[in-house]
Amino acid sequence: MTVRVRLFANLREAAGTAECEVETGSAGDVGRLLDLLCADYPMLMPHRNYLRVAVNRVYARPETLLHEGDEVALIPPTSGG
Amino acid sequence: MQENVALSAVPIQLSGIFESVRDPGAGGIDIFLGTTRKTSGGKEVIALEYEAYEPMALQKFHELAAEASGKWRLRKVTIVHRTGRVAVGDISVAIAVAAVHRAEAFEACRWLIDGLKKYAPIWKKELYRDGSEWVDGFTG
Repeated sequence: MTVRVRLFANLREAAGTAECEVETGSAGDVGRLLDLLCADYPMLMPHRNYLRVAVNRVYARPETLLHEGDEVALIPPTSGG
Repeated sequence: MQENVALSAVPIQLSGIFESVRDPGAGGIDIFLGTTRKTSGGKEVIALEYEAYEPMALQKFHELAAEASGKWRLRKVTIVHRTGRVAVGDISVAIAVAAVHRAEAFEACRWLIDGLKKYAPIWKKELYRDGSEWVDGFTG
């Protein structure tokens, strides 16, 4: 199963990309995806405990299940306003 | 309740914000303008750069406006946030609320900006003469 991952702000700069695709295996949840991403992009590791994850533009939890073609966004602490 | 939510890559004009919420059924309009500060943590800021996860930010604006209209008797709500480079002293965000009575306009406006800062996927980077830094959340 492949999901599309979008990265923003300091995470985008740390990973050196705004977007990537991740193959999560036959099944996967958000926590598993973060494990895979941190393995591919070790520079994301220090941010892992501070980021929120959105799946298809809705905030998700580590146990949220992913589906083929989902758009996952890594949301670092926001600073709008 | 009529809502108007947007992200803007060009300067926000106050007159347009006011026109978007003026309403004969409203007894009061509250407009909050967030503006960009020149100093941050002792450093001189020369400009700010805003980045947004645009479709989700717009969805959050819509959800916030809808939730506010469930809490207060609102006629119109406008939420506009800048993207891209914003000069010091310029408007980075505008929230306007037209309500039946003023107390509701004040309360809803405050609630909306607090919710936006917490939930909208928008980030700002401070640009200095000698570098730049992403602002680390919730400090405003």
